[in-house]
Amino acid sequence: MPRDPEVLEPGTLSRRAVLRGGAAVLGGLFIGIELPAGRARADELQAAGAALNAFVHIPVQGRVSLIMPAVEMGQGVYTSQAMCMAEELDVGLDQIEAIHAPADREHYGHPIFYVQATGGSTTTMAWTEPLRKAGATARAMLVAAAAAEWNVPASDLVTTRGVITHPGSGRSLRYGDVTDRAAQMVPPADVPLKSPEQFQLIGTRARRIDTPDKVVGKTVYGIDVRLPGMKFAALTASPVLGGKVSHVDEAPALAMPGVRQVVVLEDIVAVVADNTWIAEQGLRALDITWSPGANATLDQAQLWADTEKASTGPGVTVRKEGDATGKFTAGTPIEATYELPFLAHTSLETQNCTVHVHDGVCEIWVGTQVPGYAQAGAAQVLGLPPEKVTVHNHLIGGGFGGRLEAAPIVTATRIAQKVAGPVKVIWSREQDIRQDMFRPLYHNRLKARVENGRVTAWHHRVTGPSILARWLPPAFKDGIDSDAIDGAAEPPYALGDMLVEYVRHENGVPFSFWRGVGPNSTVFSVESFLDLIAHRTAADPVALRRVLLGKNPRARAVLDAAAAKAGWGTPLAASPFGARRGRGVALMHAFGSLLACVAEVAVTDGGDVRVNRVVVATDVGRVINPDTVVAQVQGGVVFGIATVLHNRITFAGGRVEQTNFNDYRLLRINEMPTIEVELLASTEKSGGIGEPGTVVVQPAVANAVFAATGVQLTRMPLDASLIARSV
Amino acid sequence: MSAISVNGRTYEINAAPDTPLLWVLRDELGLTGTKFGCGVAQCGVCTVHVDGIAVRSCQIPVGTVGQRVITTIEGIGETSAGARIQKAWLDLEVVQCGYCQPGQIMSAAALLTANPDPDDGAIDAAMSGNLCRCGTYVRIRQGIKHAARS
Ligand code: FES
Ligand code: FES
Repeated sequence: MPRDPEVLEPGTLSRRAVLRGGAAVLGGLFIGIELPAGRARADELQAAGAALNAFVHIPVQGRVSLIMPAVEMGQGVYTSQAMCMAEELDVGLDQIEAIHAPADREHYGHPIFYVQATGGSTTTMAWTEPLRKAGATARAMLVAAAAAEWNVPASDLVTTRGVITHPGSGRSLRYGDVTDRAAQMVPPADVPLKSPEQFQLIGTRARRIDTPDKVVGKTVYGIDVRLPGMKFAALTASPVLGGKVSHVDEAPALAMPGVRQVVVLEDIVAVVADNTWIAEQGLRALDITWSPGANATLDQAQLWADTEKASTGPGVTVRKEGDATGKFTAGTPIEATYELPFLAHTSLETQNCTVHVHDGVCEIWVGTQVPGYAQAGAAQVLGLPPEKVTVHNHLIGGGFGGRLEAAPIVTATRIAQKVAGPVKVIWSREQDIRQDMFRPLYHNRLKARVENGRVTAWHHRVTGPSILARWLPPAFKDGIDSDAIDGAAEPPYALGDMLVEYVRHENGVPFSFWRGVGPNSTVFSVESFLDLIAHRTAADPVALRRVLLGKNPRARAVLDAAAAKAGWGTPLAASPFGARRGRGVALMHAFGSLLACVAEVAVTDGGDVRVNRVVVATDVGRVINPDTVVAQVQGGVVFGIATVLHNRITFAGGRVEQTNFNDYRLLRINEMPTIEVELLASTEKSGGIGEPGTVVVQPAVANAVFAATGVQLTRMPLDASLIARSV
Repeated sequence: MSAISVNGRTYEINAAPDTPLLWVLRDELGLTGTKFGCGVAQCGVCTVHVDGIAVRSCQIPVGTVGQRVITTIEGIGETSAGARIQKAWLDLEVVQCGYCQPGQIMSAAALLTANPDPDDGAIDAAMSGNLCRCGTYVRIRQGIKHAARS
């Protein structure tokens, strides 16, 4: 079938549109694989029948296209996904082009979640096998086509860098030469994958494929989209959470040159203008009266108190072994609670979305972790069937969970519905924070009985909202949010009789996933509590953990590696930052990965904390790209340190008190510790690495502060006033 | 109508003089490599050079630029320092999401031009205005030292 080179031009809209049509329109070879069975299914009906999806496209001329089911937001998955396919296909990473998958749950739905989503550190776990299979199947079909053309056995042919060679006769051809013939073939059912010894790409420090454009400013993020005739919109929501517009005088904005329109929705006011700056100025000129509604009295102290109260109320049993409650009555248990605040995502690319509603269709340009939810959300606003909504996905300027919701896309669509022509809606930083869906406030109540240096009974009660009940209802079973209790239900330690409970408590504040998800709260609490136990029983924190890990050699090896590298037990170097110094340890088993961390801190007399050194040891199973693993740990650690030292979202009179980076502080380069990462060789199943660094560093830092000051802080972030020397 | 010089090219612009340079670059000229992150000089993703000095373009009214020479991420590769920083960024795989990196590269290139062999203190001083939510600071520091040696 002849091909139109226009259609194959990389990155054009026509190409993405065509991609949905599949082989019949585009020509060349598409490889489908059947998605694994047993996924969590949000919609049984949609899931009926086998799904065929397309990951590998080989044109007659030009580069091999690999279609990326998981989105790139800095975590390196475009490279790792491409490595999996290219490894089995026998092409170089320099020979491929990465294409964003369209919104299409049937073909690109997540093998675990079913919905089309990137998150939870699951990409490597979920997609490695399917993508390797897609690459291997494509290669097998191309080889079979060449074998047929030359009339030789397929087993005599070798492939390298997109070329098939018959060593016997010296003949060779390019994949593109036989792509049409291969496309006619029935894909073989069970193609063998390479054994690890045969890997040429997987396990190497392959260069990232997304970075060359990023260092020259060429990468087009959602916020950079430009369309002919496009207008720019700035928006505001009520300062009080959930408030509604009661009156707007549009005149002052409309009087400004360059302001085109004021859009007033029930809960949002937007100004549409010729550029972003004018739109923002127009918004400031407006006099908006809001009716604050029920949240006008929402207050942080009350939010903490309500959650505390709920934590003593009825909950559901997540895990029960033996009789922990009985053991507590027989002895004197140690008890503590740990409280984690609301947090904002604050990706540096603020929320933004460009929408064009016209002629019964809707086009959306955005960077999203959930293209399917985006499509469905916009379709619902407009009363259109989902197939009339096209989502052009983009690389994301930082995800961290903040692009796992369709809400901003829905808001932009509601605005665009009232605007003629395409409109780019950009959230200011202040609105990005105010309108965020926050990391929930969590409360953890722990109780343990310790006998002869061992924990003989353990009770962990997690109180917080259920994200999954809304986001992925099938995963919310028996009243248990499996994310909220992840890290509590199966800690790596032997803790005697176990009782783990979950209390679902919701407080009206919008909440969603945030880098590190459930384990951020549970692992922080478990690891803090172990240090409290060590303190009360005069045990060394590493020694105590080693005892409790007696039956878990894999975890113990990771702990030992971190302790050895950090010089656990040796005197700490002096720090110019503060006289009080301490070292803290933490261990995490979640996302299929094991990480141990040792942090060193110095604390000033005023209670300010500086993290001077962080050592992390990891066992993440089989590694696709070791450099990406190191980068994710380094970045995750920085994210976690900002969290434990600085970050919180608080409410007063129903208003979010934080506005911008002056009061929602990220870590800066002058506050950086040294970070040392050791990857332990492992042949276990691949685990995730986007979130673990963030999870494990927080309790390590808190425990180091405990060691330095003798005070264990239990409500995050660290409060300087509680560890100042004068207190 | 007035004109500004960006990356060696003169552009006629329509924007009002009080419009921050950032929005002229992005919305009017289509030079979207320069990013928006905070609008209040807190994050540095909007960093460009004006006569070789790193400035936050969200804080510079375009009307104050006059004849001065503006360089953005799209043009910095033409300078020795910029090219060395960009290469170091690739050699060391500094970049994650990449959104802050145009600003980081502009600040680092200005630093390297002013100080060919910056120590940690100089790097802290020049780079602490540039936030990176992905946390690439370890490699940014290494990258600057790597570029200085190249
Ligand atoms: S956008 Fe200019 S410093 Fe943040
Ligand atoms: S690389 Fe993502 S914000 Fe710096």
